[in-house]
Amino acid sequence: MDLELWYTEQHTENVRFSIKIEKHIYSAQSEFQRIDVFEAREFGRFFTLDGCMMITEKDEFIYHDMIVHVPMATRPDKIKNVLVIGAGDGGSIRELTRYKTIENIDMVEIDEEVVKVCKKYFPNTACKLDDERVHIYYEDGLKFVRTKENEYDLIIVDSTDPFGPGEGLFTREFYGNCYKALNENGILVNQHESPYYNSYAKSMQRTHRRIKEFFPICMVYQAHIPTYPSGHWLFGFASKTVHAIDDFEPEKWEALGLKTKYYNTDIHKGAFYLPTYVKELLESDEEIED
Amino acid sequence: MIDERQSKAPIFEALSAYKKKRIVPFDVPGHKQGRGNPELRELLGADAMALDVNSSKPLDNLCHPVSVIKEAEELAAEAFGAHHAFFMVNGTTSAVQAMILTACKDGEKIIMPRNVHRSAINSLITGGAIPVYVNPGVNKHLGIPLGMSIEDVKKAIEENPGAKAIFVNNPTYYGVCSNLEEIVKLAHEHNMLVLADEAHGTHFYFGEGLPVPAIKAGADMAAVSMHKTGGSLTQSSFLLIGKSQDKSYVRQIINLNQTTSGSYLLLSSLDISRRNLALRGKEIFKKVLDLANYARDEVNKIGGYYAFANELVDGDAFFDFDRTKLSIYTRDIGLAGIEVYDILRDDYGIQIEFGDIGNILAIISVGDRYLEIERLVSSLSEIKRLYSRDKAGMFDHEYISPKVVLTPKEAFFTKKKSVPVKESKGMVSGEFVMCYPPGIPILAPGEYITSEIIDYILYAKEKGCFLTGPQDMDIENINVIA
Repeated sequence: MDLELWYTEQHTENVRFSIKIEKHIYSAQSEFQRIDVFEAREFGRFFTLDGCMMITEKDEFIYHDMIVHVPMATRPDKIKNVLVIGAGDGGSIRELTRYKTIENIDMVEIDEEVVKVCKKYFPNTACKLDDERVHIYYEDGLKFVRTKENEYDLIIVDSTDPFGPGEGLFTREFYGNCYKALNENGILVNQHESPYYNSYAKSMQRTHRRIKEFFPICMVYQAHIPTYPSGHWLFGFASKTVHAIDDFEPEKWEALGLKTKYYNTDIHKGAFYLPTYVKELLESDEEIED
Repeated sequence: MIDERQSKAPIFEALSAYKKKRIVPFDVPGHKQGRGNPELRELLGADAMALDVNSSKPLDNLCHPVSVIKEAEELAAEAFGAHHAFFMVNGTTSAVQAMILTACKDGEKIIMPRNVHRSAINSLITGGAIPVYVNPGVNKHLGIPLGMSIEDVKKAIEENPGAKAIFVNNPTYYGVCSNLEEIVKLAHEHNMLVLADEAHGTHFYFGEGLPVPAIKAGADMAAVSMHKTGGSLTQSSFLLIGKSQDKSYVRQIINLNQTTSGSYLLLSSLDISRRNLALRGKEIFKKVLDLANYARDEVNKIGGYYAFANELVDGDAFFDFDRTKLSIYTRDIGLAGIEVYDILRDDYGIQIEFGDIGNILAIISVGDRYLEIERLVSSLSEIKRLYSRDKAGMFDHEYISPKVVLTPKEAFFTKKKSVPVKESKGMVSGEFVMCYPPGIPILAPGEYITSEIIDYILYAKEKGCFLTGPQDMDIENINVIA
């Protein structure tokens, strides 16, 4: 009989998601979290933090396309100074570096070990971390952004879930500090959890409500990511002045000739059209029960 | 050798053994290890309920310890460097009261700073000792009371040669220490005892680079809130005594007011926390100090706030500072401490220890991490960005010297009448008024009510301070001497 080795993530108390593992490649406890790397037939290589799925080789393009190209395509020639918080796997950086017009990328990752592991085991994702425009700071994102004022054209919050080391990146103080760190036409894009399972939907509601307190324009868009809980994942798009669809000029992005696997200028608009129940959850003043 | 002894926890071990024996309880408590109260068991957990037991031969008796509690007390005494340590389950309040009742009989004098905790003045009401108040030094800019200056203590001793004891806060709620060693020297030269309220000083005994702990400074007794910075359960505390004190007499005094059903949850929490601090206290409080120093630097970088520390040390009333305390002056951003305290809780989900008129205080302790410190600092930065305003018109004095007309005991038990606070000017208060925390009285029984005090009470109330003390829960009226 074959050896049955399975990775299982508990998506809710009553729902489990499993991937058959060929090999457990790496496991270590950093100062902040447990890091594991696995090899699987269906999803290729993937890694987890404290047991939660981060990226797989097979579907990481969806997440990274959507967290980077949606804001970038909205103002392709104007975004020059970018702050990325989290993103230790390097995928967001890889996509950002494809834009020649970007002059500077500050990346703030709390856990240096994650970057080391990804450089070693995910060379296709962590391939642009040495780009000369990229400056990596190993510290708490909340601390980094606190000292910045009116500096960035784009802030991408590529965080883990709001428990563990990423917790501070879902707080009111964090979004307030992001508002302060962005310039007049700056855009904040964040990993916005999922609308489906209650515990994730609750974080989604809370996050949306907190961002709305600061930003006059506050939009949410979606993507389908097979390995994340429920597969239905959201991103936030917030700005003081820029609207993701009204100010979107698709021709400008098309002219760049970037080849993408998930993102295109149709899905840019389409991703902002949300299912009714998601709209209702986002608009509701009442928090759903866990 | 010391480590080997200190790695024991006799009460905890006896409880574990007791639990394993599966004794059939036909004694109190009636919940019978939680079976009789499933909802409470659900809330607290079956293990905690099973440890909530009665004193018995294998578990000793708090009122008259002869076995495991005695042994645990001796280990605690060794850990703190004291002649003896009593396990207290009625709060540090009871330890403070036991000190004062031990030192002073009815009608005898005790020298104390006026910024004592209410528990000290309470014991003057129950025991009849007469306070000789030393006005604490005041930092006018921050609006906080400090420690006592040596000159003031000397003067009080000279004017009251018959006083039995000097009571010292080590440190104050804000972390300020008096020159305790000098006060001990002066007191002992004049046959007076030194009693230290170390409600906020547990860590002094275990950390490095902290102010001197009272027993080491030669104080005769010290009340130590193990639960505040030492990790034990709320309400558990130690009373430490030096060689000058008769252990069995102090025990008798403690037993006057102490429960005869001492909680084993509290006792074992003291026992385990003592072990933890004795074995690991040095590294724990080094980390705490690092966190507090880091937080202070970051808060000061924001600008507008002032997180103060040793730069204020002046060799006298601000003799030393407990750097684990994160005390932050907020008035320069136009917000009262109590307002920042409320915004932190309501908008940012952060609960700090207290806010008064000009300052906030965050307790940094054994359980803290950098992640939470970053949240606190970032929230303060946001509060400044979103709420700061002109500071004109803000109330700017915190400490008001009392005018004592009657002893606290006389005033408390005299016939009184209720009058509106606003109309109480010129009368003598019959009760306490204080903001809680910190629980330091604005008015104590027997003190003259001035318009300055009335203004202060009304301002504190308007700003949202939690005022306590008076019989009238709304603090509209105050009981005054009829």
